[in-house]
Amino acid sequence: MFIAILSAFLVIALMGLILGLGLAVADKKLAVTKDEKLVQLEENMPGANCGGCGFAGCSAYAEAVFKGEAEIGLCSPGGSALAQKMGEIMGKSVDLTQEKMVAYVHCRGNKDVTETQFSYSGLEDCNAAYLLQAGPNACKEGCLHLGSCMKVCPAEAIYKNSEGFIVVDPDKCIGCGKCTGVCPTGVIRLIPASATYVVACNNHESGAKVRKECKVGCIGCKICEVKFPSSGCHVTSFLSSIDYSADHSQLAEACEACPQKCIVKR
Amino acid sequence: MSYIAIIITYVFIQNFILVQFMGLCPFIGVSKNSESALGMGMAVTFVTAVASVVCYAVYTYLLIPFDLAYLETISFILVIAALVQMVEMVIRKMSPSLYKALGIFLPLITTNCAVLGIAIINIDEGYNMLESFFAGLAAGLGFTLAIVLMSNIREKLELTPVRRWFKGVPIAFISAGLMALAFMAFDSSLLTNLHLA
Repeated sequence: MFIAILSAFLVIALMGLILGLGLAVADKKLAVTKDEKLVQLEENMPGANCGGCGFAGCSAYAEAVFKGEAEIGLCSPGGSALAQKMGEIMGKSVDLTQEKMVAYVHCRGNKDVTETQFSYSGLEDCNAAYLLQAGPNACKEGCLHLGSCMKVCPAEAIYKNSEGFIVVDPDKCIGCGKCTGVCPTGVIRLIPASATYVVACNNHESGAKVRKECKVGCIGCKICEVKFPSSGCHVTSFLSSIDYSADHSQLAEACEACPQKCIVKR
Repeated sequence: MSYIAIIITYVFIQNFILVQFMGLCPFIGVSKNSESALGMGMAVTFVTAVASVVCYAVYTYLLIPFDLAYLETISFILVIAALVQMVEMVIRKMSPSLYKALGIFLPLITTNCAVLGIAIINIDEGYNMLESFFAGLAAGLGFTLAIVLMSNIREKLELTPVRRWFKGVPIAFISAGLMALAFMAFDSSLLTNLHLA
């Protein structure tokens, strides 16, 4: 009886010992060494894996920076704080003038103000709708309200509000630009987070055409550009856009004067 | 039993996932894309093949002489756990991308009952060492076959309009059930027809 217990104990203990030693040796032999700097870089990453930097994920970008293949400061979720930190780790000076960018849907069109050409009842997906005559709206550059951008947003910052508009929450937005890539009409673009006024239209057609298509579209009348030279507004191909780097002290007046009211306060 | 008969038995007739319902956790968990499914299948194949041989050796040369056959289960688990650790280290060294794709499921091979299952089946069937090796290899290949088929089906399902309440795992379970039904068609008459039995 005692011998049986002892032999069972010894056999299992011996097996455990041999296997354990084998593993210990293998661990030493097969150890993956990581550079201290790379570990630090990875630890400081935001970990959203949004891909806004153009790499497969946070650790892929950290590795690219570590190897010197990528610039510091491509990470928009991390912003300038991360860029500074990465610069410290890598021992490089970093240009911190880049401002945080957020996505904005440049459209105020909906069923009431925008003409529709047909009613769409297919897949709940902007790109699917866009395959049919570039969508049901008469305006081919506006928001389709089907929320493809909502599905790709890694920060869940995009939602449909009670009136059916697609809205980006600027506090949650990390500026990765995934939504701008998936949007078939290009109506979502990145704007500086500090911007107070936005031209909420994306239609590049002439004024007469825009009037037929939508009640709230920019008709390219140039009032903002001509009457308020320091509003930062420039009209190119019948669409006003704001140059946020230029002087835009008169933007509030331009907003007031816009006949279509498409320069809006955020 | 010839080696070919053993391989056909464990790949088709006694397929671990679809007939014996062993190792279902990674079958659902890692079958989302075919690349990592193949990687998982290969890892399991390696583990089952080596574990079969090592467990056979432990049983025959260690447990039987000391009259400790009742320690079969615990000693097999010990061996398998160590083996899986080893496989994990090798994969981490050789292929970091596969290591990331397999994630938590790599350590879970330890508790994959298919591995313990084949080790115990080898003993129960009275296979010798070479037969055990082929049985282990075939069990892994059968696992790989099932998980790769499943991952391809699930990749197709991703693009198919599926009712919302069936989307994801539920439709995968239904597909798995249908696959199991299909595999039930393989029985011992397959061996007779191939003139192997």
